Amino acid sequence: MADERRHNGQPLLEVTDLRVHFPVREGLLSRARVVVQAVNGVSLALGRGEVFGLVGESGCGKTTLGRAVVGLAPVLSGQIRFAGGNLIGLTGRAAQERARRIQLIFQDPYSSLHPRKTVRDLVGIGLKLHGLATGYEIDEQVLTILEGVGLGLDHLYRYAHEFSGGQRQRIALARALVLKPELLILDEPTSALDVSVQAQILNLLKELRREFNLTYLFISHNLGVVRYMSQRIGVMYLGHIVEMGPTESIFLRSHHPYTRVLLSALPSLDPDAPSQRQVLSGEPPTPINPPPGCPFAPRCPSVQDICCREKPELRQRGEEPTHLCACHFPISNGK
Amino acid sequence: MAEDPLLDVRDLKVEFHTFRGVVHALRGVSFHLHRRETLGLAGETGCGKSVTALAILRLISRPGRISHGQIIFEGRDLLTVGEAEMRRLRGSQISMIMQEPKMSLNPVIRVGDQVAETLLIHDHSLTRGTAKTKAVEMLAGLGIPDARRMAERYPHELSGGMAQRIMIAMMLVTRPKLLIADEPTSALDVTIQAQILAVMKTLIHEIDTAVLLITHDLGVMAETADRVAVMYAGSMVEIGPVRAVLKDPQHPYTQGLLKTIPNAVAPDRPLFSIRGTVPSLLQPPIGCAFAPRCERALDRCRSEVPPRYLLEGGRHVACFLHQGCPEVGTQPEPLVRQNEAGRVSSRMA
Repeated sequence: MADERRHNGQPLLEVTDLRVHFPVREGLLSRARVVVQAVNGVSLALGRGEVFGLVGESGCGKTTLGRAVVGLAPVLSGQIRFAGGNLIGLTGRAAQERARRIQLIFQDPYSSLHPRKTVRDLVGIGLKLHGLATGYEIDEQVLTILEGVGLGLDHLYRYAHEFSGGQRQRIALARALVLKPELLILDEPTSALDVSVQAQILNLLKELRREFNLTYLFISHNLGVVRYMSQRIGVMYLGHIVEMGPTESIFLRSHHPYTRVLLSALPSLDPDAPSQRQVLSGEPPTPINPPPGCPFAPRCPSVQDICCREKPELRQRGEEPTHLCACHFPISNGK
Repeated sequence: MAEDPLLDVRDLKVEFHTFRGVVHALRGVSFHLHRRETLGLAGETGCGKSVTALAILRLISRPGRISHGQIIFEGRDLLTVGEAEMRRLRGSQISMIMQEPKMSLNPVIRVGDQVAETLLIHDHSLTRGTAKTKAVEMLAGLGIPDARRMAERYPHELSGGMAQRIMIAMMLVTRPKLLIADEPTSALDVTIQAQILAVMKTLIHEIDTAVLLITHDLGVMAETADRVAVMYAGSMVEIGPVRAVLKDPQHPYTQGLLKTIPNAVAPDRPLFSIRGTVPSLLQPPIGCAFAPRCERALDRCRSEVPPRYLLEGGRHVACFLHQGCPEVGTQPEPLVRQNEAGRVSSRMA
């Protein structure tokens, strides 16, 4: 599968040194402005047909990164290119075309569907707005795509509240796919669902990717889910990608201490082999005043002086050339 | 010889009268909790886990009501005690930690005062000053750095993990005999989750409380509980020692549930998913609630509710596939000592 990415030279999505900062006012009355550095110099590239998993804890900037790609977050600097063309600062027709080709699936299927519209309108509105179909064609295309996500004719004229969480997420998928997008940004698509339903949706996502030749940017905090879905993984911490590489390489031979901690926190279902949770002290620092050196330094179990002064760069640390890690003292692999 | 269980819930039924009809949220739930034991309650959204917890505290309010059953706590049926007595029990004998710590804390009272308040309500001999001192000690005991300053903060100044620690302090400062923890770590990030679980385990051990741990996260369950009870559509389908249930589940629902968790599954193979959806509790199925989704359902499953069968190792399974095994009524399941479960005590040490 990884070959699909390599034989097609140009990446579908290419993010270079992206920075997204939000100015916020501190306190209700104070005039002092501070800046939340949500994404702080992130670079990544997605090949056509690839599933790239982005993991990290809340506030690490993974959602902001996804939103920046669809133009929903203010980009301070850096580049986002899609199929060779620039994505930053698009307006008019170009922005509309991007809106069709890149679709975003939200975490909460309860708040992301209009409560007063029928499924036919929810799914069909995109076709109408983009001028892709009219009248009866809309119904036809909506029905075809609904069948593709496991719903059918008898769901066409119902409202969102009549559906369960899993079915709503199917509707959200249909709404995205009816526009024949190339890239899907999935922001925690199964976090609001129960495990048995989550399994159904994950399997559906895999089928759809094959069927429609889609590329996924899969954002999640759940490592088990990301491992199941992705070919490559990027681990984010405080606005930075601290480690990135092929899924198995990350899971079996991670170099970054933070990745190690995250992996150790994966719950083990085997009572005879309980997970050896590494308990970190402290909490992630705020992205308002990130530490000057390595973002993970204040919590890192193996921190040294240099870590607090110099930001480590993301580069190859082991044998795998596509496995990158930003750490002054990467963990070498003999375990 | 076995000591009486601390909590003995018998054939508990809870219904909610809504304009669409009666929702049968609990349909005859029975289980026991021994002293110093941690019982995990597992199941998916809407299966009745939280309703069970609220029913034990008698916090089911209209349109819901407890329509049947007994909740025997230390030999007394909680469903027959007066409201004043119940109010005394809540917080001093039985405490509950909710999922969203920030929603459960009062936003306009300093957190230290909120912890102290719990003490003051249940012990009138304390002065405000000593209660506050005890509260700060409790916070320090939970590994909160600079507890004195932290006690002066308001909930909105705290992170989710810190707020959950305050909740835990508030609920355990009175040394209750039973702690109900409803998804205590589900709203937290994994690294914070690990911290909270560690803190909870130490404290539970220290004050010797029994815990009813509600979680949909079977990994957390595997690490924390001595026994686990699996619920589906308002009834209990399987109950037994955590190791046995997770390693060798006997009910088809438990088996399915465990297989749906993406963990170390080979990514090329589709993930197992249980077909269909959870039945509506407005009109629960006539026989076994899981029968419509069960791959091994017998004719009998669709017409009769399976009784609980007793399996080896003190496990109960409500499934006709085990017919032939002795049936159990509501007698106590055997006590699983913590040291029998092996790792629980060793991990604590």
